[in-house]
Amino acid sequence: MSKILIQFAHPTLSKSNVQKTLETHGRNVKGVTFNDLYEHYPDLYIDVKREQQLLLQHDVIIFQHPFYWYSSPPILKQWQDLVLEYNWAYGPEGNALAGKKIFNVLSCGGGKEAYKETGYNRFPVNQFLLPFNQTAHLCKMQYMPPFVIHETYTISEEELEFYGQQYASILKALVKDEIAPHDYQHVEYLNELHQ
Amino acid sequence: MQQTVFFQAMIYLAAAVIMVPIAKKLGLGSVLGYLVAGIAIGPAGLEFIGLEGQDIMHFAEFGVVMMLFVIGLELEPSRLWRMRKSIAGLGGLQVGVTSLVIAGLAMAFKLDWRESLALGMIAAMSSTAIVMQTLNEKGWLKTVAGQSSFAVLLFQDLAIIPMLALFPLLADHQGVQETHGTGSLVSAFPAWQQAIIVLLSVAIVVITGKYLLRPVFRLMARTGMREMFTATALLLVVGIAVLMTSVGLSPALGAFVAGVVLANSEYRHELESSIDPFKGLLLGLFFISVGSSIDFQLIVSKPFLIIGLVVGLMGFKMVILFVLGKIFKVRNAQNSIFSIGLSQIGEFAFVLLSFSAQQGVLTKDITDTMMAVVAISMALTPLAMMINEKLILPRLCTVGSGMEVQKVSDIEEQDNPVIIAGYGHFGNTIGRFLRANNVEATVLDNDSDNVDFLRRMGLKVYYGDATRYELLDIAGAGKAQMIIIAISDEEKRLELIETVKKHFPNLHILVRSTNRNDAYDLMNAGIMHIYRETFDTSLRLGIDALKLLGHRAHEATRSAKTFFIHDERTLKHLSSIRNDDEYVTAVRQHIEELEIIMRADQEAVNLRSLGGWDRKSENSDYHTT
Repeated sequence: MSKILIQFAHPTLSKSNVQKTLETHGRNVKGVTFNDLYEHYPDLYIDVKREQQLLLQHDVIIFQHPFYWYSSPPILKQWQDLVLEYNWAYGPEGNALAGKKIFNVLSCGGGKEAYKETGYNRFPVNQFLLPFNQTAHLCKMQYMPPFVIHETYTISEEELEFYGQQYASILKALVKDEIAPHDYQHVEYLNELHQ
Repeated sequence: MQQTVFFQAMIYLAAAVIMVPIAKKLGLGSVLGYLVAGIAIGPAGLEFIGLEGQDIMHFAEFGVVMMLFVIGLELEPSRLWRMRKSIAGLGGLQVGVTSLVIAGLAMAFKLDWRESLALGMIAAMSSTAIVMQTLNEKGWLKTVAGQSSFAVLLFQDLAIIPMLALFPLLADHQGVQETHGTGSLVSAFPAWQQAIIVLLSVAIVVITGKYLLRPVFRLMARTGMREMFTATALLLVVGIAVLMTSVGLSPALGAFVAGVVLANSEYRHELESSIDPFKGLLLGLFFISVGSSIDFQLIVSKPFLIIGLVVGLMGFKMVILFVLGKIFKVRNAQNSIFSIGLSQIGEFAFVLLSFSAQQGVLTKDITDTMMAVVAISMALTPLAMMINEKLILPRLCTVGSGMEVQKVSDIEEQDNPVIIAGYGHFGNTIGRFLRANNVEATVLDNDSDNVDFLRRMGLKVYYGDATRYELLDIAGAGKAQMIIIAISDEEKRLELIETVKKHFPNLHILVRSTNRNDAYDLMNAGIMHIYRETFDTSLRLGIDALKLLGHRAHEATRSAKTFFIHDERTLKHLSSIRNDDEYVTAVRQHIEELEIIMRADQEAVNLRSLGGWDRKSENSDYHTT
């Protein structure tokens, strides 16, 4: 049994369909703690102690956020800057997060085709996520491929519902420790594990 | 006509008002201005005043008493204790060596040894009034020279007591005018009883200052009548002077002790500012009377003797002071200020001279001559100091060493960068917050109960009306970086702003305001930093209301911030188009204005703007390619 912590970052959730659906599906899974960062820290004043406690209590960390400007909304950066302290999260004695799994859950306006060498975004999503990947590596965590929803501006209700359930089933599998490194090592998106 | 008090007052004041600004303008300092004013209206000049100048001088010597009281207020006992070495060492040596050297010289001129010793002691005295006033004016009190001068002057004040006791013993023909004495009530007692009485009266001053005065001042402050406070302060100083004189002590010394005792009290600033104007005027009067008492006829009758004495005495004093300064490691530039500054013979010499004439220690011929010498030496001091400043100091100050105005190790100045006026709920929140960030603030509050309570809580709070220039000056407004005006009274705030803008134009002013209307007044007064006391709080409540209604916390917070900026902008805009000439009742104006504001709210602001990622209304095929 693993416990999951969803670090949720969305400055304008009231305007978002996709993230709201993911939120409802995600937070109802047993074993999942849903931490709404903008709700807890509306002025970006982050309670470092509380956040570190939460990290210690969980085995899988998820950054769930819209893919703003090929990255996350600012609170997540602020969170990393403050919470991932030297000799706690990284550094010679920084082993607090060692061995934990981590990945991003993203909603992108652009389609998958755009995230290609030939597309107007020129690079695949994975490459844009390199800072998260390396941060996880430095903290001795296992960085997993992202769970991604594309074309959020034109997505239909049915598709959205499908993604919601897909997300939930992946979370459930993670809780039950059913996803091992050899399962995800060669996939681009986690979505592929539960088609 | 000439006899009326008013006429005299008019002459003195007019002389001061004309001469002091001219002297200041010429860079000569106020002391010289007063002295010249005195010469001008005295027997040698326009003859407005005759020999009564002498009597006025005795009255005006009270200014010296007040000055020492104020100096005492600025010297906490702990600081005084740390100065003990320079007071006893430098001061003691100055009085001792100067007395002996001058006495030896006098004996060389074939004077009796008793007369010589008396003259030596008289000549050792310097003028507290002139030196302190000049140093203060030039801002040199905190320098090494200033502190050394003060130490010496303080010791001289102490030395007066044994000197007065010693003089009768020096009398050649004892008992001639015994009855005049010092005017002391205790002279009839044997010496040991006298000593006990003297000690007792000092103890009375200390105990009164420590335990009795604070409740009295609190009571007076609570009456809310400023003049009662001033009256109490004056009563205190006069009372001490009377007590000290009656036991044969120097009233200046008693006042100094009382000042030191009160230096830790929260009423210190208010006391200082109450006494200050009286002190200044009386000192001015004192300098005028010194000027007018210079006997030019005597000088004309034996010019060489008097000029020789003046130059000789000042020269010897200067050399002795300079050598002592060297021994006490005062650097050259500072040492020249110190030794030239203290080279005159001071006002105590007048006291000692008349006393020794009464006691028959010195002949009238000698005392008359000496009176003229003392007066001239006092008059020359500001000139000597100016020559020193203009000609000697520039040579001594090597580049970079400056004037050594840096702090001396044993004097801790607390020039806080922030002054908070008004320490109620509003002000104390600011004060606590600054303190939590290691920013110390000088606090002024005029609610004595509040001050009392806060001091018991261990805070540094001073009692006083912050709108008074003197209090602000004493509180260090000249050196602070900002003043936070957190007084609740709107009128007082505007008054204070006027004072600050006039006298301390470099201070940042941060002002609390009650509401929009008050904010307009503050804007008209040219204030940039205005804080409406209910505005932020109302918006914070608004955020929480939205949150309870299910709005997202971050969005509500952003919205409040946007609203805040919008409202501040509206405020500025409305203030610029407000028509003050048109008569509208306050209420109607308020309602009309509110209407404009609320319209602006609807039209101008999209509080829910999401910035770059709000594409809800847009066609978004671009992103879906």
